[in-house]
Amino acid sequence: MTDVSRLHVPAVPARPGERPDFSYVGLSPAGAVDRPPLDVPVAQTVALAESLVRVLDDDGRALGPWAPQLSADRLRDGLRLMLTTRLLDERMQRMQRQGRISFYVRSFGEEAVSVAAAMALDPQDMLFPSYRNQGLHVVRGMPLVDMMCQMLSNTRDMCRGRQLPVLYHSARLRLFSISGNLATQYPQAVGWAMASAIRGESPIAAAWLGEGSTAEADFHHALLFAKVYRAPVVLNVVNNQWAISTFQGFAGGEQRSFAARGPAVGIAGLRVDGNDFLAVYAATAWAAERARCGFGATLIEHVTYRAGAHSTSDDPSRYRPRDEYEHWPLGDPVDRLQRHLVALGEWDEARHATLLQQIEAKITADWKEALRHGALSEGPKLDPALMFDDVFETLPEHLRQQRDELAAELATRRDERAAAAAASDAAAAAAAPPTAAAPVGQDGS
Amino acid sequence: MGPDVARMNMVQALNSAMDVMLARDPSVVLMGQDIGYFGGVFRVTDGLQKKYGAHRVIDTPIAEGGIVGAAIGMGVNGLRPVAEIQFADYIYPAYDQVVSELARLRYRSASDFHAPVTIRTPCGGGIRGGQTHSQSPEAVFAHISGVKVVMPSNPYDAKGLLIAAIEDDDPVIFFEPKRVYNGPFDGDPAQPAVSWAGHPLGEVPDGYYSLPIGQAAVARPGSAATIVTYGTMVHVCIAAAEALGVDAEVIDVRSILPLDLETLAASVSRTGRCLVVHEATRYAGFGAELSASIQEACFWHLEAPIMRVAGWDTPYPHAFEWEYFPGKARVMRALRKLLEER
Ligand SMILES: Cc1ncc(C[n+]2csc(CCOP(=O)(O)OP(=O)(O)O)c2C)c(N)n1
Ligand SMILES: [Mg+2]
Repeated sequence: MTDVSRLHVPAVPARPGERPDFSYVGLSPAGAVDRPPLDVPVAQTVALAESLVRVLDDDGRALGPWAPQLSADRLRDGLRLMLTTRLLDERMQRMQRQGRISFYVRSFGEEAVSVAAAMALDPQDMLFPSYRNQGLHVVRGMPLVDMMCQMLSNTRDMCRGRQLPVLYHSARLRLFSISGNLATQYPQAVGWAMASAIRGESPIAAAWLGEGSTAEADFHHALLFAKVYRAPVVLNVVNNQWAISTFQGFAGGEQRSFAARGPAVGIAGLRVDGNDFLAVYAATAWAAERARCGFGATLIEHVTYRAGAHSTSDDPSRYRPRDEYEHWPLGDPVDRLQRHLVALGEWDEARHATLLQQIEAKITADWKEALRHGALSEGPKLDPALMFDDVFETLPEHLRQQRDELAAELATRRDERAAAAAASDAAAAAAAPPTAAAPVGQDGS
Repeated sequence: MGPDVARMNMVQALNSAMDVMLARDPSVVLMGQDIGYFGGVFRVTDGLQKKYGAHRVIDTPIAEGGIVGAAIGMGVNGLRPVAEIQFADYIYPAYDQVVSELARLRYRSASDFHAPVTIRTPCGGGIRGGQTHSQSPEAVFAHISGVKVVMPSNPYDAKGLLIAAIEDDDPVIFFEPKRVYNGPFDGDPAQPAVSWAGHPLGEVPDGYYSLPIGQAAVARPGSAATIVTYGTMVHVCIAAAEALGVDAEVIDVRSILPLDLETLAASVSRTGRCLVVHEATRYAGFGAELSASIQEACFWHLEAPIMRVAGWDTPYPHAFEWEYFPGKARVMRALRKLLEER
């Protein structure tokens, strides 16, 4: 059939063993793209949605109309928060490898997408993150201990042991509960924004998903509702080129940006250098202000690269060149902001080293504190009876019965273990040690 | 083991089924997320794109509704699509296409149209996957009239039933209990993992064979009680019966729809006692259908009420996986009680 088939199959630029090729990524020079007024007609954002908003050039200079004019202190905050996100990420990856947490998803290489956006938004704005937006939580001030306790599913886990690691939430910090099901939060964010409009309130909503997830119907529902009701929402697509093993071309990215879907539906579109802290900040601030002024939603595509594996269950060397990241044309978001600060004379090697040390020390102390509240395999444990809470506001009769049945079952299991232990002899002592928890699939996010 | 029989785990057996069918029938195509170049997140389609090309082993966008909708169209236009949904937990965006379209196309067109689509999807817990990598939604597909629903428990059945599903002109939802992909699992995560290597049902013919959809199998003969179950729980139930030293017959339902009530009823009529076990939530679970049908067929032979063991009626919690999972202890408690009933 292959020889007769006329089906178009998107071409992947490079597979393992081949030369990385990012020539398909359309680039614009820093400072080259216009910054239109907030009331720009949507149709006039078509060009914006195909070009690339960039502020930082290769020498660390901030150029052009999108340069957000942030104080040195704000820039240093940005650097600190991106580094916090990154170092937390590295540590949690290691802790997963050591078996302390069951699973982890890195945001390595994509820190600016979350950190700059969260800094540009108002603390009252409601955020609907995906699983790769740790920077949002870090900026909003979710204590690292809380994030760690969630990942450990321990007695201080805000999810009470119900969610996979990294699927945090905080109602107080206006960080919505993260779903493992892709794209579902997108129309919800639009609905939240519609409610804000209906109630006459000023907070807006913002949502994030990966380019692969734009394939889901929920993405399209969200855009349409945002367009129809001119909802005050910022819709972010994080185009990190890969969706597990699937290249962005399979999500419709061939010869067409994801941002272009905005104006195609009737909302503004912006394509932004996602590794440029200043560009992400400026684009988010522009979109947020537009939304607040009643001009409606903006779809922002952040062009970035998933520098790590999809998750701790994934091995990317099976499907992309090992050295692909080294060829990525948009560099590293942390390095680029650091270079900018140095170019401004507001940062140097010594201060950077001190900052790294401080963050590492904090992460070490916080991890120690988090472990005091238990881990999946050791320390204090959540009461399994909690499993039945929060299915409904009040416990229905059938769940109350099941909770009692579980208590009886666990008592039997304890008795049997005790009996087995009592009967144990040298043979039992020589038995094989328990295996570690099986990993989540090969992918498993 | 004959020369044409190989040791396979369930992943290899499923791969072999698709390999055989891709080779035999040019209308067979595979489609799904990460199934092509990568070979699937559980490696079930490993090597097949290389062998049959990207036009027959098709990587798709992440759109379950799109995958099933497109599969229906392909099926109507002469192909025999096998669609993978990466995890059963992610099948719901396709639910409308399955319920309103796939299950009804033949009926509403008086058989002028039909779509021979197979939907494969890994299900079940026990891999620390939390609520979005652990679900067993077989009941919501058994309920809709118009799709067949299958769940094998071992490599031999998996291959034979998947080939039958692909050849079937009616749509089949094919659930793969992922906890037993690599070996039978008795429900105790503290024990070292067991592989399919030593298991007779890990011996799988290399070539073509099919097993009829709609036939249950006796997984362990016995006479004191009948345990009716499927998927991962077949192995848990056998272990529970053995641990308790009870002569219970364990029946592997294998085909949820159509259901081999004859085999189930014959066993329960003989033993007089029946325990229904599944991993899915209990409330309106498939166990309710099993229990009702068996009760109707065997009422005068029953010496005790039919009992059910299942997952609790909550989402699958990450931290309490082994308190949620209906393991040996829960099955043994129920079995004891079932045998004590007078
Ligand atoms: C509805 C649904 N389908 C499939 C999956 C399995 N899955 C988890 S992450 C992922 C890839 C997502 O890629 P992308 O949207 O690009 O985000 P990224 O991981 O690159 O941040 C897939 C297919 C899922 N979680 N939910
Ligand atoms: Mg992606």
